[in-house]
Amino acid sequence: MSAITTPIAQTPGAWSLPYRGKVGMACLIIAESAIFTIFVVAYLFYTGKSLTGPTPREVLDPPIFYTICLLSSSLSIHFAAKFLERSRRGAFLGLWFLTIVLGGLFLYGTGREWHRLIYERGLTISTNLFGTTYYSLVGLHGFHVTAGLLMLSIVLLFGLAGRVGPEQSVRVESLSWYWHFVDAVWVVVFTVVYVFGR
Amino acid sequence: MSSDVMAIHTAGDADRPWVETLHEWVITVDHKRLGILYILYALLFLIIAGIEAIIMRIQLMHPHNGFVSPQVFNRMFTMHGTTMIFFVTMPILFGFANYLVPLMIGARDMAFPRLNAFSFWLTAFGGALLYFSFLGGSGLYGAGNAPDVGWWAYAPLTSRAFSPGHSSDYWTIALLVSGFGSIGTAINIIATILSLRCPGMKLSRMPLLAWLNLVMSGLVLISISPLSAAQIMLLVDRYLGGHFFDTQAGGSATLWMHFFWIFGHPEVYILVIPAFAFASEIIPVFSRKPIFGYPVMVGATVCIGFISMSVWAHHMFTIGMDSNANTFFVLTTMAIAVPTGIKIFNWLGTMWGGKIQFKTPMLFCIGFLFQFLIAGLTGIMLGAAPFNWQLSGSYFVVAHFHYMLAGAIFFCVFAAFYYWFPKITGRMLSETLGKLHFWLFLIGFHLTFDLMHIPGVLGMSRRIYTYEPGRGWDTWNLIVTIGAFIQGIAILLFVANLVFSYFKGPKAGNDPWDAWTLEWSVSSPPPAYNFASIPTVSSRRPLWDRKHPEDPDSHYE
Repeated sequence: MSAITTPIAQTPGAWSLPYRGKVGMACLIIAESAIFTIFVVAYLFYTGKSLTGPTPREVLDPPIFYTICLLSSSLSIHFAAKFLERSRRGAFLGLWFLTIVLGGLFLYGTGREWHRLIYERGLTISTNLFGTTYYSLVGLHGFHVTAGLLMLSIVLLFGLAGRVGPEQSVRVESLSWYWHFVDAVWVVVFTVVYVFGR
Repeated sequence: MSSDVMAIHTAGDADRPWVETLHEWVITVDHKRLGILYILYALLFLIIAGIEAIIMRIQLMHPHNGFVSPQVFNRMFTMHGTTMIFFVTMPILFGFANYLVPLMIGARDMAFPRLNAFSFWLTAFGGALLYFSFLGGSGLYGAGNAPDVGWWAYAPLTSRAFSPGHSSDYWTIALLVSGFGSIGTAINIIATILSLRCPGMKLSRMPLLAWLNLVMSGLVLISISPLSAAQIMLLVDRYLGGHFFDTQAGGSATLWMHFFWIFGHPEVYILVIPAFAFASEIIPVFSRKPIFGYPVMVGATVCIGFISMSVWAHHMFTIGMDSNANTFFVLTTMAIAVPTGIKIFNWLGTMWGGKIQFKTPMLFCIGFLFQFLIAGLTGIMLGAAPFNWQLSGSYFVVAHFHYMLAGAIFFCVFAAFYYWFPKITGRMLSETLGKLHFWLFLIGFHLTFDLMHIPGVLGMSRRIYTYEPGRGWDTWNLIVTIGAFIQGIAILLFVANLVFSYFKGPKAGNDPWDAWTLEWSVSSPPPAYNFASIPTVSSRRPLWDRKHPEDPDSHYE
């Protein structure tokens, strides 16, 4: 029996399946969550086990302002995607740009904190267990923020070139899921590092 | 999709210069070609890892043998284990999943064809990196060569002090890179199954192969990622002076064990679930009966997936956990026997009362059923903590997991080769050579791995490069080595069969086995676009419905 002679049967009812981009992004988020889980477990397991100083209580200050920046960027990207869906490109581009600025501010905040820790407090990744786990966990998150910012910037460039319209809104929404995930991870990292860890 | 258009243009042009053909294979995004690439790549590494196994068996043939030095022996068992798990079994299973899943669910390609190609080349690059260590592993210090830390690379063996040079780094980065490839493929399989099924192919009508690969891919997402995380930590330790696994700075070697086995145990199920998938497709066709207990099979597989993530520390009973942890992991390990037992009964239920045709694929599946049962029974023995304290790290353990990997998984893989080779190439594999392959491999397998349990019980520990005479291990080891050679000959016969039948085998036609799933509805090999028109299905056996319009399955659903 060959495919060519197979009669085309009638489609039984409506046949709709989830968009592959969203499924793929959801799967990526699951895999990434597993990676972060291992780093968080390592951080918690080694809390208070450093043989030498400095300790988290001595050197860490919660980066409240930059945290607010990152968390509010989740709101801005959400509304940006909504505006794109309703074909309001100007509002979409404005909010999308705001998201990138907020994410960039957060990265700047991490950079400032690391600079202070390294040059003023003498904490590096090889100083003690706290340094190893702190820089790995926060660095892994910072790496994901950077990757997210790169992807957001590509969309911004296409948007400025007038190539992003409502027909892309489902793709933009998948990307926004990644950004929400990065923000959600920060809530966990913040809680573990700056609340429990101290 | 642009990739499909390209594939249609290139299909069927036989008299092109070979460079162009090669170029097409390198840049291909077609799921069938990538599937074949995965399988060929895995077969190459199967031969390499097989040679490593033979070297080890020659060394252990009789006491005080000097065939290889202890250092080389360490490299051989490390490379054999790593290669077999990451660069033979996983790629071969991913290859079949790549080839079969879109065809079985009535799709024209995977959900993300370019990600698919990217994942394959990551895996291929990972394997090349691992083997480049033979050349580049010495590094500037001239120390080390290929990785020699065992396939689970326990800390502190991997620290700079005990593993100078770059051998451990090649191991780490090879696994990291191929791990990302595996995650990419898993994302692809899940998105394909959830988003690209043809009309009417409800989840409750999907072939079991697709269902089981869905569960396998979910496990890949959750369990390969911890391995990647642990490898990143190891790199931080080795290159940035971190202390994750550095006991002198308060770090913990046990933490590496936990992270490794959080990956390592689900990995066993990542490997065996696609093997179940092959058996679940092949046994019904050669018993001429639909699969017995389809919903229960799906449920049991999902159940295995969940339980497999809570059993990892049964690899670590000897490190001295407290009795609560020991009890927990003994109980979860025992619990996993329930869904696997259900599956065995379902396969037997499928065969029961069927008109069984003893073709080569079915022979391998029947071998699988027996050997999987025995592997499960020794697994339960080892899952009991007090028994495990006696035999952990002995050849009993080696025999147990080879029973699973060779006796269960590879028997199913061979069955899959004999069953789907006609679809992939358009030619039948030789039944005579196939039966010879089956019986030789079966005899070699049992000589090697049945008898390997005995020196284990007599106290022979794994990873030793030689042993004293007169401990009662000598004869057993000699017979085990003879068995290994018989298996080697069987594998060579198999490869010869593949090559010979590819050129000279009888034409297969579309549907040589009178089977019921959609891949048999298209030509062999299938056209680049798979289906000229996307099929519509109304039962679990769409081809049965087409062949028997007077009595279709859909009447009974």
